[in-house]
Amino acid sequence: MKKHFIYSLIGLFISVNVMAQQTPAPVQSSAYSIEGATAHLGNGKVIENSLIMFNNGKLTFVGPATNKMARQGTVINAKGKHVYPGFIVPNASLGLAEVDAVRATRDFDEVGPMLPHIRSLIAYNAESKVVESMRPNGVLIAEITPRGGTISGTSSVMQLDAWNWEDAAIKVDNGIHMNWPGSFTRGRWWLGEDPALKPDKNYPKNIQRIKDYFMKAKQYLAGDKSEKNLAYEATQGLFNGSQKLFIHVSGHKEITDAINTAKAVGINNIVIAHGDGADKVADLLIKNNIPVVVDRAHRIPDNEDDDYDLPFRTAKILLDKGITVAIGMEGQMERMNTRNIPFYAGTYAAYGVDKEKAVQMITGNAAKVLGIDDMVGTLEVGKDATLFISKGDALDMRTNILSDAFIQGRKISLETHQTKLWKRYDKKINDK
Amino acid sequence: MRKLLLVLMMLSVPLLQAQEYFPTNTGVKTTKNTTVAFTNAKIYVSPSQIIKKGTLLVKDGKVVNVGKSVRIPKGVKTVDLAGKTIYPSFIDVYSNFGVKKPRRPRSNSRRPQYDAERTGYYWNDHIRPETDASTQFSFDNGKAKQLVKAGFGVVNTHVHDGIVRGNGMLVALNSSSNDAYRILDKRSAQYLSFSKSVLSRQSYPTSRMGAMALLRQMYLDADWYSNGGAKNKDAALEALNNNKNLKQIFEAGSVLDALRADKVGDEFGIQYTILGDGLEFERISDIKATGAHMIVPINFRNAYDVSNPLLAQQISLGDMRRWNQEPSNLAMLSKGGVPFALTTHDLKSVASFHKNLQKAIKRGFDKTKALEALTSVPAKILGRTDIGNLNTGSHANFLITNGDIFDKSTTLFENWVQGDRHVVNDMSIQDITGNYSFSVDGKSFDLAVTGKGAKQKGSLKSGDKKVKSKFNFAAGWINMTINDGGHFTRIVAQPNASGMTGTVYDIHGDEFSFSATKKAMKKKKKDKKKSKKKKDAPVVVAVSYPNIGLGNVTQPKQETILIKNVTVWTSESDGILENTDVLLKDGKIAQIGKNLNARRAKVIDGKGKHLTAGIIDEHSHIAASAINEAGHNSTAEVTIEDVVNPDDINIYRNLAGGVTSIQILHGSANPIGGRSAIVKLKWGENADAMIYDNTPKFIKFALGENVKQSNWGDNNTIRFPQTRMGTEQVFVDYFQRAVEYDKKKKSGQPYRKDIELETLAEIVNKDRFISCHSYVQSEINMLMKVAERFNFNINTFTHILEGYKVADKMKEHGVGGSTFSDWWAYKYEVNDAIPFNAAIMHDAGVTVAINSDDREMSRRLNQEAAKTIKYGGMSELDAWNTVTINPAKLLHIDNRTGSIKVGKDADVVLWSHNPLSIYAKAEKTIIDGKVYFDIDEDMKKRAAIKKEKSQLINMMLAEKMNGGKVQAPRKKILKNFHCDTE
Repeated sequence: MKKHFIYSLIGLFISVNVMAQQTPAPVQSSAYSIEGATAHLGNGKVIENSLIMFNNGKLTFVGPATNKMARQGTVINAKGKHVYPGFIVPNASLGLAEVDAVRATRDFDEVGPMLPHIRSLIAYNAESKVVESMRPNGVLIAEITPRGGTISGTSSVMQLDAWNWEDAAIKVDNGIHMNWPGSFTRGRWWLGEDPALKPDKNYPKNIQRIKDYFMKAKQYLAGDKSEKNLAYEATQGLFNGSQKLFIHVSGHKEITDAINTAKAVGINNIVIAHGDGADKVADLLIKNNIPVVVDRAHRIPDNEDDDYDLPFRTAKILLDKGITVAIGMEGQMERMNTRNIPFYAGTYAAYGVDKEKAVQMITGNAAKVLGIDDMVGTLEVGKDATLFISKGDALDMRTNILSDAFIQGRKISLETHQTKLWKRYDKKINDK
Repeated sequence: MRKLLLVLMMLSVPLLQAQEYFPTNTGVKTTKNTTVAFTNAKIYVSPSQIIKKGTLLVKDGKVVNVGKSVRIPKGVKTVDLAGKTIYPSFIDVYSNFGVKKPRRPRSNSRRPQYDAERTGYYWNDHIRPETDASTQFSFDNGKAKQLVKAGFGVVNTHVHDGIVRGNGMLVALNSSSNDAYRILDKRSAQYLSFSKSVLSRQSYPTSRMGAMALLRQMYLDADWYSNGGAKNKDAALEALNNNKNLKQIFEAGSVLDALRADKVGDEFGIQYTILGDGLEFERISDIKATGAHMIVPINFRNAYDVSNPLLAQQISLGDMRRWNQEPSNLAMLSKGGVPFALTTHDLKSVASFHKNLQKAIKRGFDKTKALEALTSVPAKILGRTDIGNLNTGSHANFLITNGDIFDKSTTLFENWVQGDRHVVNDMSIQDITGNYSFSVDGKSFDLAVTGKGAKQKGSLKSGDKKVKSKFNFAAGWINMTINDGGHFTRIVAQPNASGMTGTVYDIHGDEFSFSATKKAMKKKKKDKKKSKKKKDAPVVVAVSYPNIGLGNVTQPKQETILIKNVTVWTSESDGILENTDVLLKDGKIAQIGKNLNARRAKVIDGKGKHLTAGIIDEHSHIAASAINEAGHNSTAEVTIEDVVNPDDINIYRNLAGGVTSIQILHGSANPIGGRSAIVKLKWGENADAMIYDNTPKFIKFALGENVKQSNWGDNNTIRFPQTRMGTEQVFVDYFQRAVEYDKKKKSGQPYRKDIELETLAEIVNKDRFISCHSYVQSEINMLMKVAERFNFNINTFTHILEGYKVADKMKEHGVGGSTFSDWWAYKYEVNDAIPFNAAIMHDAGVTVAINSDDREMSRRLNQEAAKTIKYGGMSELDAWNTVTINPAKLLHIDNRTGSIKVGKDADVVLWSHNPLSIYAKAEKTIIDGKVYFDIDEDMKKRAAIKKEKSQLINMMLAEKMNGGKVQAPRKKILKNFHCDTE
């Protein structure tokens, strides 16, 4: 009896715990057909009045609803609604911290300058309340990236509805992230130095240090590896092209130096993150097939005299040059604001980017940047059924209202810690 | 012979000046009673009184007589100064001459210190009126020499430390004398500033507004003390009262700080003399309006090195402009009718003083004004009639020159201080400059002598070829060695009427007589100079308001504007009116209707566009020079109105986002923060013009992690409160004291006026409203209960992220909620913050606003308002009200703005799309009928910035190429203020 009581207590405890977060959806067991929606394919194309069908986690049909074929499985009437591929965020750090001000919850920045062997994968908190808050906005996939140092570490791409990091990972160790040194420096005024901005004398030295590091890694990898070097081992994918090197860099001189340095050591699979001023080196980027992950549109201009809307136009400026652009999420309050990625795309659209191109930046282009475009990013037959249905234009906060979302065909919960509190207190206020 | 005597006399001066009743053991005791007459000089008795060929009679360090026909008594030494000019020597009223700046004592403590270190003095260590510069004074011969060389005779020095710095002293720069004579006044003026003393670590004040509040309370306390109100002794207040009748000189620096200092002074009937920073031209009418005498440094910045375009693009146009405009400051001040003195303060080297002054004169600064700024004005500032002029009875402080003192070519020969001669350039050295020709051994040479006084140099040519030579001119003798291809010839000669005459010693050791003929000067040179001057006429770019790239060169004017066929979001019960006309006239919304007509109105086609009331941000920290006074747990005495910064570029950026009014709130460093400033974003106006007339009174309170310093690090654990429990007690304690204070005040009993308690009493008396930074429900509930205990209501909870949990209680209390749309998870206390908060509070009947607390978010509050539609399903009309009429209601300005209603202020925005849409852009932002942002004008501004930048870059490159000094580029870093910014 007593034993039974304890078991039921444990049971209660577990069920409460489970209730605290949303339970990941089970593997897709039956087909879905979404009919009548405006489908934004993620490659710049739109199908009005579309029919989208998927089964076993994969898209089986994407086309016009006028097609007379049989609808498979559960039919969702989405007339007047919009369907998008799940939004994808490169250069994010979801699940690596929960509450910024609480040090114990921060897991994104390890000690040391050169840490290619540091892996975000294993620290990713699949149960994060911040992670679950992404889904009601259509953000379903993110590249989880370590921060800090020169080589911050290795990122992995996660889908945002999982029991644990193993379930979450859709591309393990997809890239290595490096913060490029600045070529300018300002004196530390608090130590009595001249605060003027001036060329950093150490800049060439800092570049050399990076070059030396990769050269040594390359030598090591070509050798007999009799004594294991964990850090160098971790760079293997960069040299054989299976991993991308994300260089976090701004300024046209710095971007040029970064690309030339990487290429000189034999790294050719490169992505630029931030990329302010990348428009000035467009030819170099295009020639080397290097995309740019720009920052959020909601920034303040860097200089006093800058156009007030310059941060709103970053994407347009680069797209006009023919560069492949995605939108990343690094900087202040980056994790909780990652759910606003559709609205950054929307703002870029308001300031000149074609609306479908804006969608493409956070779907097809983002998938390409992360090297997962064979699986996700666009609504194409054979790809993962990772998509959602919105009441209207998902780039506009008035109409980004989700009714259904699927990851790999799994119908995921759109409930969160936040929606539950809302429902409880809404009931308290409105049922009075 | 006469000169020799004079020199001898001067040499004996130190002996002569031994105090008359002091014994002497080094010679025969004599007294200093020699009279000297300077005749035939052009004498500037004062800048405006000039005597040609006059005589100056000096005795005992004073001017005995001056005039055209002065009788020279017998036995007086006479110095003939024909062709020379005498000026009163200069005065520097802002100096640290002979007084070292105190050094910060070493301290190993990293903990903040809240109390004063001293007892028996004022409660704040940064108030140091008892400081007496004369007790720390030590005459600095080296510095005196530099100043004398630059023409200064008297300096007013003080200890540059603290907010109140005590009395300064007036010193004559007479290195031949001693302190018994050369200290003219030990208590010449009292000095003040906004900077804390380095001698104490006491935290308060941490901000400009705190310093201002401290000064106010100090003046009140000094008054109360002198009326016998205090039971204790306070050496600082006694000293302050003792210094009351001294001249009060305030080190302000920037224009904004000058205006702030003047404001404090005015409130207590004190007119400060104000030290500026040389940028007064940027707001000249405001400076003029202070009525203050200014003290102006002339430390002009070097051009920026713009040769690296990547670096150059980091320099703001405002900084580039300042390089170009600064030298015109004096001319502009003078034209603007601002009285000012000049100072060498801020100059790296006194030697650059004249160079910079000449630059200013080149820019049109009048020479008479320059002389006034160095003589009569500083004398007036110090209230002295015996310096800065050469009237009978004044100190014999004067300069002897060979021409206009402000001309580059003029030589300053002597600077007499207190009747003692200080030779700068030996007047007896003959001017032998000119071109000479002579021949030696049948070879002809041309000699050109240039330079001044002892530094006259000769260069030698034979035909067109330069010939190596050494030239020396000293004590009337020329000594020259010619090195003609290894053959050396030496010449010794003296100048005479036709040139030079002397002896040649040639390579063979033979001697010949030598004579050189001086050639007539060519007149052409002058003409060339003139034409060159015209060519060089400096281009000075226009000043804008504020003086940065996006400032307004001309301020927008109030217009009659008719917007036709527009979709009007009224934010009133009318909701949205399609196809409607709105007339703006005399700064008000004059008419709303169909087919309106108005004469002479500017008509704007609003077809397809949307017109709304301007956005109001209940919680902003832009346009301020300070946000937190963190030195005390209650700072009700400080007000953001003191530190409104009209130069902040974020004002313009907010206008571009359709924002017209904001409440600039104090930060959340303490439970009881400072008073708010409610302003309209009138870009280009000054701070006063931005602040609402008859502004509603607000104060910031705060709860939670920030006030208990949870995230301030381990050193900040000593200030009360450190828990939410303590926070309640801070409020109860202060309100209780405020009630008792108010009771005593109203009873007619004598009381010590306390600005902090006055403010808190206003709250209890329902005359001031609280906007309280708040997160979790427990403390929200607590503050409402505290207020109810004292019979008033909280007006607004700002942030109020758990408002949804107590929305019913808020409704019952009657408090509004001004919240973020979707921020959370940055602190532990926002773990339960939900974006549905606004919707739930709205449903409960609470007046809900969406605010920013952030310079980036504030410029797109329309988007943030739209999030209430996504999160919680608010209607578009209700959503739009959260950034217009609702915040207007919360700020008690809804009778003036916040909706489109006839009679309200013409604060409206024309949008390209539905304003809640992510695709909406503000095209025109209008305040009081003036267009402060126009998307088309903005495009023109961009082009103008590009043009002006390249113009200035060209000028700077020219400066560098022509050998001018340059400095490394600097990037202007704008401070980003949030609630918790210190």
